[in-house]
Amino acid sequence: METLIGIACNDFVLLASDMTNVSSLFVMKSDEDKLYKISSKIVMSVTGEAGDTVQFAEYIAKNIQLYKMRNGYELSPKAAASYTRRNLAEYLRSRTPYNVNLMLGGYDEKEGASLYLIDYLASMIEVPFTTNGYGGLITLSILDRYFKRDLTQEEGYKLIQKCVQEIHKRLVLNLPNFKVTVVDKNGIRNLPDITPQSLGTVH
Amino acid sequence: MARRYDTRTTIFSPEGRLYQVEYAMEAISHAGTCLGILANDGILLAAEKKNTNKLLDEVFFSEKIYKLNEDMVCSVAGITSDANVLTSELRLIAQRYLLQYGESIPCEQLVSWLCDIKQAYTQYGGKRPFGVSILYMGWDKHYGYQLYQSDPSGNYSGWKATCIGNNSAAAISSLKQEYKEHEMTLKDAQALAIKVLSKTLDMTKLTSEKVEIAILTRQNDKTIIRILSPKEVQTLISNYEKAEAEAEAAKKEKAQKSS
Repeated sequence: METLIGIACNDFVLLASDMTNVSSLFVMKSDEDKLYKISSKIVMSVTGEAGDTVQFAEYIAKNIQLYKMRNGYELSPKAAASYTRRNLAEYLRSRTPYNVNLMLGGYDEKEGASLYLIDYLASMIEVPFTTNGYGGLITLSILDRYFKRDLTQEEGYKLIQKCVQEIHKRLVLNLPNFKVTVVDKNGIRNLPDITPQSLGTVH
Repeated sequence: MARRYDTRTTIFSPEGRLYQVEYAMEAISHAGTCLGILANDGILLAAEKKNTNKLLDEVFFSEKIYKLNEDMVCSVAGITSDANVLTSELRLIAQRYLLQYGESIPCEQLVSWLCDIKQAYTQYGGKRPFGVSILYMGWDKHYGYQLYQSDPSGNYSGWKATCIGNNSAAAISSLKQEYKEHEMTLKDAQALAIKVLSKTLDMTKLTSEKVEIAILTRQNDKTIIRILSPKEVQTLISNYEKAEAEAEAAKKEKAQKSS
């Protein structure tokens, strides 16, 4: 029921995720952060089984930090994505699989910005833009229509706003708030949350 | 008295030494010479071939130089059977990293992982250390071209030019004199390798059957690893001999003039 959106342009990646936490039929809170910083220029957004998401994201983030301490340099986004996928694939074939879907966005001095999509069966692809969850079903077509590699950060943010507006309009679920993060050559920055108030649909 | 501390690798002698490890290093100083030289546009390893029996079938293309992965090559000095165990371990470590991260292992990490294994054999009982020193050359995106050396104790270090095996001390001091920092091209390095080898190997004339040379360069974002053919090695040797003969003649002329 959760929704993730990600776009990778020439020199930045934008990741957005809804902020709703649901337990059975009820909304427990609507200010949850599903975006995890895993190194100075890599962010991961995670959905799936409650508990699995936090456990797995923190396990990966801490191991990638450990790599940095041992070797004095950080993993590239591609290496971090491969490492994450491998771990998920190994847990999938154990008695205690993690049921999580994730997006990993990062910036590398040489390779530029990149975005990876990994699902709970540990399949992975690198994509220019992607979505996940029910919200993704109706917003992928918007990205398809408006995404360009050379968007500016402001245009990227507006594109995500457009997606969220559509989710508010069409989806029966209650996903009011979205957190947005950008990764570029300067590192990781949170952009203003997208809410019904910020979109001007509620006064 | 020293004998009591000789039998097991893991026991310190009263002077605080590990005899078995020192003996292993001694064994290496009798092995064929290997040298490595770092240049601006690449890196090379050169090794002395010891088995040059005429009857030997040339099953192996190269005797002492091994490719470890897409970006690394090593050459070994010491007990060859021990070296085979270590090179297959090196290849396993490199492939394990590639499987996990989808990228080639950074050079120092590979060396460090192998040295952990070498070190274990100087500490855990009932085993002898590996009688092998290794020179590694490689390229990674973090530090570019790199040259490392490791010894049986599990110590390793990075070098601009170094040598292991027979007569290595003499080779290192001659490398120290001749190596020009930041000015070496791979071509200069090849000439230098032949020069140093012909000075340090105790034979009257260097031949292409006696030396093998591997070079590592980068072209179009890809590592190129090549073992020089006997013909190319022979050209390097003849170039060196020509230069040497000219220098000799010039010296003689000068001596005649002054006298």
